[in-house]
Amino acid sequence: MAKVLMRGNHTVAEAAVRAGCRFYFGYPITPQNETPEYMADRLSKLEGASFTQAESEIAAINMVIGASMAGGRVMTTSSSPGISLKQEGISFLAALELPALIVNMSRGGPGLGNIAPAQSDYFQATRGGGHGDYRTIVLAPSSGQELADLTFDAFDLADKYRTPVLILGDGMLGQMMEPVEFRPDVQLKKLPPKDWTLTGAKGRPSRIIKSLILDPVQEEEHNWKLMRKYEKITKEETRWETFETDDARMIVVAFGTGARIAKGAIKRVREQGLKVGLVRPITLWPYPSRVIRDFSKKVKQFFVFEMNMGQMVEDVKLALEGNAEVHFYGRPGGIILTPLELARVISSRYYQKKLG
Amino acid sequence: MASGSIEIDGESCKDCKLCISVCPHRLINSSDRMNQKGYYAVCFTEKELKKEERKCSGCGLCAIICPEIAIEVYRG
Amino acid sequence: MKKVFSRPKSLKNAAFHYCPGCGHSIIHRLVAEVIDEMGLQENIIGVPPAGCAVLAYDYFDIDMGEAAHGRAAAVATGLKRVLPDRVIFTYQGDGDIAAIGTAETIHAASRGENVTTIFVNNGVYGMTGGQMAPTTILGQSTTTSPGGRKETRDGYPVKLSEMLAISDGTVYIERTAVSSPAHILKTKKAITKAFRYQVENKGFSLVEILSGCPTNWKMDPVESCKWINEVMTQHFPLGVIKDSGDKKDAR
Repeated sequence: MAKVLMRGNHTVAEAAVRAGCRFYFGYPITPQNETPEYMADRLSKLEGASFTQAESEIAAINMVIGASMAGGRVMTTSSSPGISLKQEGISFLAALELPALIVNMSRGGPGLGNIAPAQSDYFQATRGGGHGDYRTIVLAPSSGQELADLTFDAFDLADKYRTPVLILGDGMLGQMMEPVEFRPDVQLKKLPPKDWTLTGAKGRPSRIIKSLILDPVQEEEHNWKLMRKYEKITKEETRWETFETDDARMIVVAFGTGARIAKGAIKRVREQGLKVGLVRPITLWPYPSRVIRDFSKKVKQFFVFEMNMGQMVEDVKLALEGNAEVHFYGRPGGIILTPLELARVISSRYYQKKLG
Repeated sequence: MASGSIEIDGESCKDCKLCISVCPHRLINSSDRMNQKGYYAVCFTEKELKKEERKCSGCGLCAIICPEIAIEVYRG
Repeated sequence: MKKVFSRPKSLKNAAFHYCPGCGHSIIHRLVAEVIDEMGLQENIIGVPPAGCAVLAYDYFDIDMGEAAHGRAAAVATGLKRVLPDRVIFTYQGDGDIAAIGTAETIHAASRGENVTTIFVNNGVYGMTGGQMAPTTILGQSTTTSPGGRKETRDGYPVKLSEMLAISDGTVYIERTAVSSPAHILKTKKAITKAFRYQVENKGFSLVEILSGCPTNWKMDPVESCKWINEVMTQHFPLGVIKDSGDKKDAR
């Protein structure tokens, strides 16, 4: 199919619909308002689909829970403060083992913050955010095309593992217009049937979907069951990209829009002869810790760049277990560094460490 | 007047006494028999009150108010 | 003699965990009887609350899906979007529906969601030990309104059913009680009508049921019924608050 020029917020909606999403629940919040607007129009023209603007992000995530219980491919989108409101619901989705897609187009924070792009929801996305021992698969696209592709994957992953999936984007990804090619439409009828949904107990015993488990012995077993699932996901679904790492003496680690800026910076410093490479996690959970640890056998300088005050850097340090030095450069609050500005910081660190 | 009868499942009874409060013929009473749950189950006393000619009419008010669905009602 | 009263089929054969004289037990039975009589058991999905009735799914032999405290109306909305031809109902207490769930309830009603809500009003937070609820009446003593609810300190009770009746999305709102056999039979009729309107696609319907909580009211069950009949109904009058079912066309 042909490439189209599309704004990120529209891309995620169009990709979702082609991936079989027929139920959207959301609430206006900048910088993702284009997504509910697009969905309102797109779903109104589709048989068996529905768009609902809920009264709050809390209501929206709970509608997602209900629609997922009934077996639909369902999603909600929001931005940082709205995602905070959804945390109880996300904990419930994980506990109830319900598939769903949640998209966060992050903005400056904390509090009301601003509407500029930021990456300061990494902790919220990967360290639960909600209560209890659970994980959500977190996907971090760094381009419009990747946003489209990961949206398709998100619904498949959610259904395969019966777990919520979070796409962690930011305002820039949401607002930028880029050429995008969509995968072929998913045939809903060809999807594997779900044998656990609530549809009315016709011709079968009645079913309960609940997360209240008062007996600690049973609740512990449920937690172990979830952990075994997360171990399987870690083994099979971790994704990352490497760029110019073969001869690197310093490796930059960055995700999403930050990684895009970092690639530009690395191209510039390479022109000056600096041997710098990039590891770009695509799944923020499960995090590609093994990849980073393996690189530390040869590379002893890691440079983490994020648009926040230092969140993913902790996962890099955890992965390295002290085997390499970690530098951090972060800009919060919606500041978007240019590749040239980042290149200067990287080179200065490179020369400080006498790698040249 | 129709004639009726009830059967009380004493093991389900929690001695809330709501049935006693609604029976128009006062045919249900507390007993001193403790059930497995530790409640003094109520009992249907028609047999003991035959002399006074108080009879169950099968109105079902006791069953309607019994929270535990411990009462079955017969009529006819 | 013929058996004229027995346990409804849509109730599992489990003993209720509710306190002696608790209204939930009676209301569960009524809802199950209506499900039986209307033949809804294979077509219905229920959403229980957080509260004493959180374990409602242990009693109703129907598909049931848990909701977070207060969010049942939103979960019901999600279910109805995917399964518009099934009967969806929520079963909620006064805290669930009129404190934390106020927004979800008002908006589900305003959207005219074609769902049914069973609102059990016992004027306290039962499961958590008897704290003040939005429907605790002035003067009523609870663990967080010691000495009795005072308007200056604790505000006024919330009359949610009356508020919901204002919305064009609601088709039927009635307040009943389970404090006497006559009231119980009226409650069953109201529940039947509420489900019937959903089957007829008429919009949002709600039955508010005044129900006893002997344990937290610190009364015995018979006194609780008396208190509902003599005191609670002064503040929460029984009767049809709204019924526009005959005027509305199916949506």
